[in-house]
Amino acid sequence: MFRRYLLLAAFALPMVAGAAPRAPGAEAAAGSSIEIRNFHFMPAQLTVPVGAKVTWTNRDEEPHIVVSTGNQFPASPGLDTGDHYQATFTRPGTYTYFCSIHPQMVGTIVVSKPLR
Amino acid sequence: MNDRHDDEKIPDRRRFLECMAWAGAGALWMMKGGVAHAGMLGSGNAAADATFRFVQISDSHIGFHQAPNPDPVATLRETIARINAQPQRPDFIVHTGDLTHLSKPEQFDTVKQILGEAKVDQVFCIPGEHDVIGDNGKAYFAHFGGGGVSGGGWHSFDHHGVHFISLVNVLNLQAGGLGFLGTEQLAWLQQDVAGLSASTPIVVFAHMPMWSLYPQWGWGTQDSAQALALLKRFGSVTVLNGHIHQIQRQVEGQVTFYTARSTAYPQPAPGRAPAPGPLKDLPAGQLHKYIGSRDVRHVRGSQAIAVTDIALG
Ligand SMILES: [Cu+2]
Repeated sequence: MFRRYLLLAAFALPMVAGAAPRAPGAEAAAGSSIEIRNFHFMPAQLTVPVGAKVTWTNRDEEPHIVVSTGNQFPASPGLDTGDHYQATFTRPGTYTYFCSIHPQMVGTIVVSKPLR
Repeated sequence: MNDRHDDEKIPDRRRFLECMAWAGAGALWMMKGGVAHAGMLGSGNAAADATFRFVQISDSHIGFHQAPNPDPVATLRETIARINAQPQRPDFIVHTGDLTHLSKPEQFDTVKQILGEAKVDQVFCIPGEHDVIGDNGKAYFAHFGGGGVSGGGWHSFDHHGVHFISLVNVLNLQAGGLGFLGTEQLAWLQQDVAGLSASTPIVVFAHMPMWSLYPQWGWGTQDSAQALALLKRFGSVTVLNGHIHQIQRQVEGQVTFYTARSTAYPQPAPGRAPAPGPLKDLPAGQLHKYIGSRDVRHVRGSQAIAVTDIALG
């Protein structure tokens, strides 16, 4: 079980760091929370700047799992009620993810390029 | 978290409670020549007429610890004790998935221990999506076997002339999809039934519903139509599943679908709540009316399968 997570994490390492070594900017911290409520990722689409740390929190009694389509970032473990999961997005792009046990639940994270 | 929904939910919940009440004592469903007959438990003579019987239990969610059932270990134990107390021993017990809530080793250990208390020759299980969290079923198969050559867990067996097929529709789920069987399993199914006569009664076990019950809540299997097409030539097909923690029945041609109660907690009727999940605000002391087991009998000298849902209290 854990081996699989490590494998995914290693695979995705060039794109995403599990724990960000540097403090995220205030703008990144502000709008980068996703609530899982009533079998929906809220918001379903979230736009964040490069380097943002995104936090998912499960507010349902049902467990959920955050899994990137195409392993673009590491999968979460099973999130029980109140559990959190974080991933940091260091490259611009569109990241689609879903719940691997409730696959009708789909969300998107758009990581925008830094302003110049 | 749900307080703000309570006012909206009350009328729906009442409808759900009323709807379930008639079935609470144990409703008998039977197919005769493609026509469903309903009766109350005890009104027929099903026990005497049965070639054999088995019991289906489902959705025990060991590791769940919230309302309306903080102790699903106790309710699973009670369910097994009730089965053990019946005068006639079932030939086997099938558990149609979600044995655990979070696929944790200690949860699998607990389920295995409790199922071991059943006084039957065989208990077998198929996985639910809660049993394959994080490892694609590795821990589940390590505890309960059934991985087989394919590793996917599907299998079949024959018992008193009835062909039983266990399908696994909770692995390799795809973003935006529903339950999923996959091409490998469908190819296996085609092979599996190829040599059977069309008069062989077929009983299919699966965790998620094998018809489009309520896709908005994920209650369906995206490639179930392909599996059912392979079973179309058979005169009697009975599909028994779990996942939605309530009794629902559907007839499509010669195929009858039955979803079972949970041994842990009920879920709302389709669309009657903002989302699926535990029906938390049951009247005090009423949980046992919403959970239970299912008795299944093969009717002697016929293709008919009789299904009786029995509440725990
Ligand atoms: Cu989920």
